[in-house]
Amino acid sequence: MRHIISILIENESGALSRVSGLFSARGYNIESLTVAPTEDPSLSRMTIVSIGSNDIIEQITKQLNKLIEVVKVVDLSEAAHIERELMLVKLRATGKDREEIKRISDIFRGRIIDVTESTYVIELTGNGAKLDAFLSAIESSLILETVRTGVSGIGRGDRILKV
Amino acid sequence: MQLTGAEIVIRCLQEEKVEYVFGYPGGSVLYIYDELFKQDKFKHVLVRHEQAAVHAADAYSRSSNKIGVCLVTSGPGVTNAVTGIATAYMDSVPMVVISGQVPTAYIGQDAFQECDTVGITRPCVKHNFLVKDVKDLAITLKKAFYLAKTGRPGPVLVDVPKDITIQKCEFHYPKTISMRSYNPVVKGHTGQIKKAVQLLLGAKRPVIYAGGGVILSDASERLAKLAHSLGFPVTNTLMGLGGYPSTDGQFLGMLGMHGTVEANMAMQNCDVLLAIGARFDDRVIGNPAHFGEVARKIIHIDIDPSSISKRVKVDVPIVGNLPDVLDEILHQLEAADGKPDAKALATWWKQIEEWRAKKSLNYKQGKDIIMPQFVVETLYEVTGGDAYVTSDVGQHQMWAAQYYKFDKPRRWINSGGLGTMGVGLPYAMGVKFANPKATVACITGEGSIQMNIQELSTCKQFHLPVKILCLNNGYLGMVRQWQEMFHGNRYAESYVDALPDFVKLAEAYGHVGIRVTKPADVEPAIREAFVKHKNDLVFLDFLTDKTANVFPMVAAGKGLSEMILAEDL
Ligand SMILES: Cc1ncc(C[n+]2csc(CCOP(=O)(O)OP(=O)(O)O)c2C)c(N)n1
Repeated sequence: MRHIISILIENESGALSRVSGLFSARGYNIESLTVAPTEDPSLSRMTIVSIGSNDIIEQITKQLNKLIEVVKVVDLSEAAHIERELMLVKLRATGKDREEIKRISDIFRGRIIDVTESTYVIELTGNGAKLDAFLSAIESSLILETVRTGVSGIGRGDRILKV
Repeated sequence: MQLTGAEIVIRCLQEEKVEYVFGYPGGSVLYIYDELFKQDKFKHVLVRHEQAAVHAADAYSRSSNKIGVCLVTSGPGVTNAVTGIATAYMDSVPMVVISGQVPTAYIGQDAFQECDTVGITRPCVKHNFLVKDVKDLAITLKKAFYLAKTGRPGPVLVDVPKDITIQKCEFHYPKTISMRSYNPVVKGHTGQIKKAVQLLLGAKRPVIYAGGGVILSDASERLAKLAHSLGFPVTNTLMGLGGYPSTDGQFLGMLGMHGTVEANMAMQNCDVLLAIGARFDDRVIGNPAHFGEVARKIIHIDIDPSSISKRVKVDVPIVGNLPDVLDEILHQLEAADGKPDAKALATWWKQIEEWRAKKSLNYKQGKDIIMPQFVVETLYEVTGGDAYVTSDVGQHQMWAAQYYKFDKPRRWINSGGLGTMGVGLPYAMGVKFANPKATVACITGEGSIQMNIQELSTCKQFHLPVKILCLNNGYLGMVRQWQEMFHGNRYAESYVDALPDFVKLAEAYGHVGIRVTKPADVEPAIREAFVKHKNDLVFLDFLTDKTANVFPMVAAGKGLSEMILAEDL
């Protein structure tokens, strides 16, 4: 099963490698990992997407909690939550493709954030499936470059991850 | 007053009431050594190899429950220390390692004797720090001592760049410390404990399975109290030996790969298992699927939640500090209406006695060849069971665990988790520093002892009259045993050729060496070593049966009840 694990961790140098090292040392899977400081700059928030049986995910959360710099861990996928990912796509946009790309981008609520005579850069957010759907809606030969941030997640309603 | 970083390191160690620092100097720690030279509140033990410094600090810790401290230089000093650190980590031993590092400005430039210490040691420490500002030095060391000792203990490393040791700042050593990201649980969950008590009272075929956690947390007395009040059988893991008195009637001996028949059969066939400070290691329960074939309820008490339900699903997990949890269990048991099921227990004990009657540790000592087991048994008798025994890794380690009956905790010092050959002699040193009056024996093999033999020199310098009992079978015995049993007698590289004359070697280092070749000489030689040469280091080189094997044995991947016994062969 796919799980989204959210972590609050001390914003210390090396903290990221403790987390990624844990996953590689114990053979846990990482689909994506995102990290950035929170509104309190002494803390970072990490979102890890991992696939594993319930037993493995339980071990992952326990092992993460054991890391000295980890302040809190929750498995967001245990309850209602929202996940988003940001993607930037550079597309070859010439001739009649320019119109067509613009139209598809609008359907997916993408934004064109860079324009040259022959290219567009489109910014798109959504869950992973939406981003995948956008890419498959565009003819593959037009796709020059893609970059995705990986998933960020947050609980719905009163579920709050804070110190 | 402003102090330099080097002075701060020394002051912190003094504040922590450190008695000994085990270490080896080098470029990046020269300022620290300079300050060390100027003080006399604690002593420095100069080893002959950094690995031994860490092992000695580790054993100092294991045998006393104080925190072992070591000091090594950057680069090779650190890499030499890694085996020691990993060894301590696997057995959850509290320890603080201070390592020198190249000056801050050089880090990352492949400077002379630079290595990524924090990166290299990260997976084998409880935590580590790189100090980047002299102002953080004191608090970082405070954190290191705090982390090492609390929660599930473990080694903590503090990496100190050379420039930090000459920069100055105001010294203040905090009395206490709190970290928002680190709050180990102490008290167990009362509701869970209640469930556990119900299970214990309803048990028909119970077993208490106690591991190294009992020793690390000083919970032995409570364990004995609990076992006696319930009348349940107790088995110890390799790491737990001494956590329950081995001469007690309720003791089944060690369990696991080389456990007794009664311990392994009881473990396999119990209906309620109380696991205390143990972790269902692969060497302990054998094949987890086979173990799971028998339905039983498992109660697991441990300070580390990640040890619970890691390899075996448990029914009642209790996270907490063992003494606190055991107190609460004892308390609830007293208050409970029910009593343990005496009738069922009597039947269970009858079954256990039948297993015990197999005498699975029996061996034959003839007139000509010394059996290794006999050496350990004789050591037990001569020392009245009161020695601190360290061991290396191999067959001799298992024989020591099987035949020396430990009645007290912290007396049996060995590398269980990592299985590090070479620990025996430095362990004996560490024990002797922590317990200067104690009788210390190191049971080793001719393979293992050569992995840290240079420490005979340290023992001379510090007058450490430990006794080395080398069970010399001319083979890397444990490897040979596996090759005999599982690899068609192809003894690939397990014969140790060109052995030194250990007697002369001991003498060359200024110690006493005795070679023993006949069974009849075993006891007199051990007496000579422990009585006549009480104040000398004695190297006893026992030429033992070359092909003796350790039994019982649960082959890797097999179940606990599928033991191979000596008589089967
Ligand atoms: C550092 C290290 N290298 C290799 C091993 C693998 N190993 C386990 S037991 C053993 C043989 C030990 O031989 P010896 O010390 O002579 O003891 P014996 O088994 O003969 O009693 C070896 C090589 C190990 N445990 N540690």
